[in-house]
Amino acid sequence: MKFKINNRFRAVLGCLLAVGLLFSTPSFAFQQDSLAQDTAVSATADTVDEGEADTAATGVVADTTAADGEAATATTTTSSSSSSSSTVVDEGSQIDPQVYKNMTYYILLFLIVCTVVAVVGKVLAIYELTRKMNGKYNPFANNTFQSVLLVIFLVAFLGFVYYGYAVWGDWAWRSAVTEHGERIDTMFIITTVIITIVLVLVHILLLTFPYIYRMRKGTKAYYYPHNDTIEKIWTIVPAVVLTVLVLFGFFTWRSITNVPEDLQKSAIQVEVLGEQFQWQIRYPGADGVIGKRNYKMTTPMNSYGIDFNDKHAWDDIQASDIVIPVNKSVRFHIISKDIIHSFYIPDFRVQINAVPGMTNYFQFTPTMTTEDMREKMNDPKYDFVMLCNKICGSGHYNMQKKVVVVTEEEYKEWLSTQNKYFTEDLQKEFAAVDSGDSKEFTTASLN
Amino acid sequence: MSSTVISHGAAHHDAHDHHQETFLTKYIFSQDHKMIAKQFLITGIVMAVFAMLLSILFRIQLAWPDTDFPILEVFLGKWAEGGRIKPEFFLSLVTIHGTMMVFFVLTAGLSGTFSNLLIPYQLGARDMASPLMNMLSYWFFFTACVIMVASFFVESGPASAGWTIYPPLSSVPTSIPGSGLGMTLWLISMTLFIASQVLGGVNYISTVLNMRTKGMDLWKMPLTIWAFFLTAIVGLLSFPVLVSAVVLLFFDRSVGTSFYLSDLVVQGEILPNEGGSPILFQHLFWFLGHPEVYIVVMPALGLTSEIISTNSRKPIFGYHAMVYSLVGITVLSFIVWGHHMFVTGMNPFLGGVFMITTLIIAVPSAVKAFNYIATLWRGNIRFTPAMMFAIGMVSFFVSGGLTGLYLGNAALDINLHDTYFVVAHFHLVMGSASIFGMLAGVYHWYPKMFGRMMDTKLGYLHFWLTFIGAYLVFFPMHFMGIDGVPRRYYTFTAFPFMDKWISVNLLITWAAIIAGLAQVAFLWNFFASIWKGKKATQNPWNSNTLEWTTPVEHIHGNWPGEIPTVYRWPYDYSKPGHDTDFIPQTVPFSETMSSNLPHDFEGNEEAIRIQNEWNKENNREIIEG
Repeated sequence: MKFKINNRFRAVLGCLLAVGLLFSTPSFAFQQDSLAQDTAVSATADTVDEGEADTAATGVVADTTAADGEAATATTTTSSSSSSSSTVVDEGSQIDPQVYKNMTYYILLFLIVCTVVAVVGKVLAIYELTRKMNGKYNPFANNTFQSVLLVIFLVAFLGFVYYGYAVWGDWAWRSAVTEHGERIDTMFIITTVIITIVLVLVHILLLTFPYIYRMRKGTKAYYYPHNDTIEKIWTIVPAVVLTVLVLFGFFTWRSITNVPEDLQKSAIQVEVLGEQFQWQIRYPGADGVIGKRNYKMTTPMNSYGIDFNDKHAWDDIQASDIVIPVNKSVRFHIISKDIIHSFYIPDFRVQINAVPGMTNYFQFTPTMTTEDMREKMNDPKYDFVMLCNKICGSGHYNMQKKVVVVTEEEYKEWLSTQNKYFTEDLQKEFAAVDSGDSKEFTTASLN
Repeated sequence: MSSTVISHGAAHHDAHDHHQETFLTKYIFSQDHKMIAKQFLITGIVMAVFAMLLSILFRIQLAWPDTDFPILEVFLGKWAEGGRIKPEFFLSLVTIHGTMMVFFVLTAGLSGTFSNLLIPYQLGARDMASPLMNMLSYWFFFTACVIMVASFFVESGPASAGWTIYPPLSSVPTSIPGSGLGMTLWLISMTLFIASQVLGGVNYISTVLNMRTKGMDLWKMPLTIWAFFLTAIVGLLSFPVLVSAVVLLFFDRSVGTSFYLSDLVVQGEILPNEGGSPILFQHLFWFLGHPEVYIVVMPALGLTSEIISTNSRKPIFGYHAMVYSLVGITVLSFIVWGHHMFVTGMNPFLGGVFMITTLIIAVPSAVKAFNYIATLWRGNIRFTPAMMFAIGMVSFFVSGGLTGLYLGNAALDINLHDTYFVVAHFHLVMGSASIFGMLAGVYHWYPKMFGRMMDTKLGYLHFWLTFIGAYLVFFPMHFMGIDGVPRRYYTFTAFPFMDKWISVNLLITWAAIIAGLAQVAFLWNFFASIWKGKKATQNPWNSNTLEWTTPVEHIHGNWPGEIPTVYRWPYDYSKPGHDTDFIPQTVPFSETMSSNLPHDFEGNEEAIRIQNEWNKENNREIIEG
């Protein structure tokens, strides 16, 4: 078969050209430019301070100086004192030669380990060879050895699982402090018991059978291709167990998510808006109704984008923390300003995503105040925390809001001290826009 | 090349032997399934090493959040200024690690390698139905890999919106630098990759359906082939949906459409997009995304079935049940995707429905696990490195699969969604289990691929370090998740309740580093054995399947003479009455009169009559016709 390589190259080059053209379209160019600027701004001239660098064997710890003045002097000293081995990586930052030395040590260390492994391998090979020459070689010795290792692994594994449950499980487990969370916890524990039993039993069988039925001299396998009864049993038993779990889970899920309409209305309403990388909280104020939000009305002053044409919005309250009364049903309206975030309070067993363009709801009743929780945890600083649980950018790891559960009196008192969103400045701005006719809005909605 | 091979017989074929083969046609633009399998495997291994290095980088950040590692700056430049990885780059690392591992290693590297190698071999075909498409499949995949790696050399960095690339994060470049050019490259790479998968899938399915040798009916196919066949069907039906998702995202990013975007104020700028829904993308993505995990794990299950049976010297227990459970998984895998979206704001009732279907899919998986254990029972087990990895695979499949009962349960998922619990779950059940299935396959079929044996001692070393390492890495993560530690967090230092987990992170990172270094044992073993390994015999594992009837030296068209005929199922190990503990599929029943059983004849009265005559002569029990 002839290979028409030229034609293919032509095709490939054509494709490359097409891709190149695609990249040079204005939208791409714009994206790249703006990004390049961003990175240029964020690139600070961090410098490794040579004087600080230790020659300790661990030596990877080298201090960096962020202060510009110091960095400038450090740069001059490093460039004068360091030999040619230091490489310029980025403008203004140089790598301490010690770093390369340390790296070399680690590589050498690894090579030594490799050599030891190779030597041990050779010794074993020679040992085997001598056994063979003496006629004492047992071809099944390694087989037995590996099966014994599997049994040892089983013991270690079970111990490890126990350690995990006992120590890490203890660290991880805090009972839920909401009404629905307690039901979730019950189900969690039931599921844990079931799967732990299965996990342990299956591993005992899986790792002891290899030892019991290992190949030895003269052993033979039992030809046993199938047994319909056994197979039916282990299809039906998991099916039944799962049906129970499914029904249990299904009704719990429905009871959490399917709140009757009158309860929805009688609950305290709180709106939470996620944005990179913070949360904003809005309480409905005296009228109990959260005012409308229109993202197109977002201005530097009205960063929430509240639509003050809606009179319900005038008394909306701004809060720095989420404060809710104990034993009262609270309905959270979760929205997002930019990208997807997730409203997650681990202690409450509460999570729902904040999705731009739609409102999600989660209604729950906390059963313990922060004070009581601190007492229970024996930690005077303990706080419930709401955190972002959907990847949202560089600040994702620190997008949190304190959640405080208080008694009802404290709640009312707190609420009365909070500020409104519709500040005087905003009122002025709103009035100016309003008097400037609704032209602006009609054009805005056309966009 | 192929059409000639198939149409004219072996005799004619021998006459002019090989076509003129240059280096280019033999090793680069090869259309031979064996060579393409090796290409897939080696590319997959390279990608795996790359993705593993990325994971070590972010593990270092998680274990020592307050320490500088100036050496990182040497390699990463501005992404690790002052020796500390930046948050944006951390997200890029997890994104590309996930993408490469899921798509390039566990999809292409696993099913690409072994489907190509074993489908023609185990079915008795001279090559794939369309060798040209097969070649294209590899080259699309290779290009996808190159583009993905190339995104590391882009000014604004590689894609960093997570491997699930949820918009708007992935579609608005101002929200994260990685959503600039890096994301575009990600989308192009993925489109090429899907083209590769579709080309491959069509090929696998048509080969399995049309090119089986004489006697190889569907119920005589090894479980590996069943697994590859069903995997290809799943892939063919689900991957195109990802293309549509990717193309629409591409439009949103570059053309200004609003399929997924609405009501956005990013960094103070009001965007003009209106009317789209980010949830739409999630539906489209997970319609592939969930079947994808079965695309990843089913070939591993197939390989494991074959290896466990061969090395237990015992038929696989419940062959039919194994096939039906694979079919069950295949069908159900299409109606469970919503369990990734319980808390995204999807209609809660729909969530309840998806929860029911999700937990049903646990049943066929449980059947498979139990059948493996029943296969070991009263076997005559030989611990080759491949067998060790197969046992490890079952262990991971069970321990990872069980935690699926929490996550599939919508009510429990509220608290576990997107936490480390999820990370632990899928790294065990689809990550570790599939990698172990793949490694088991590599150790087992290495003699078939390269004609040489791998070193067993290094194999054991590799197995133990990896097996223990993987458990040490992933098991503790469950507890972090229960505590409510979200995944993809750059550091745990911002929350007081996460402080206690930093010590555990240290353990995890050290385990990951050691397990990572253990892979050097594998790489050395793999590449050195290609030239220096012990020469393999034709059937080193005394296996029944057809690939071991081909000569050790690879020849064009696989079998020098006629393609062998198949007479029996592939699992006649240790059949009572036979002198050896295996009977290859090519041995007719007339040669094994002493070991034939009633069900072997499938109601063929003439055969039963002949057998009964022989039984009478040899004082054996008479079969009831």
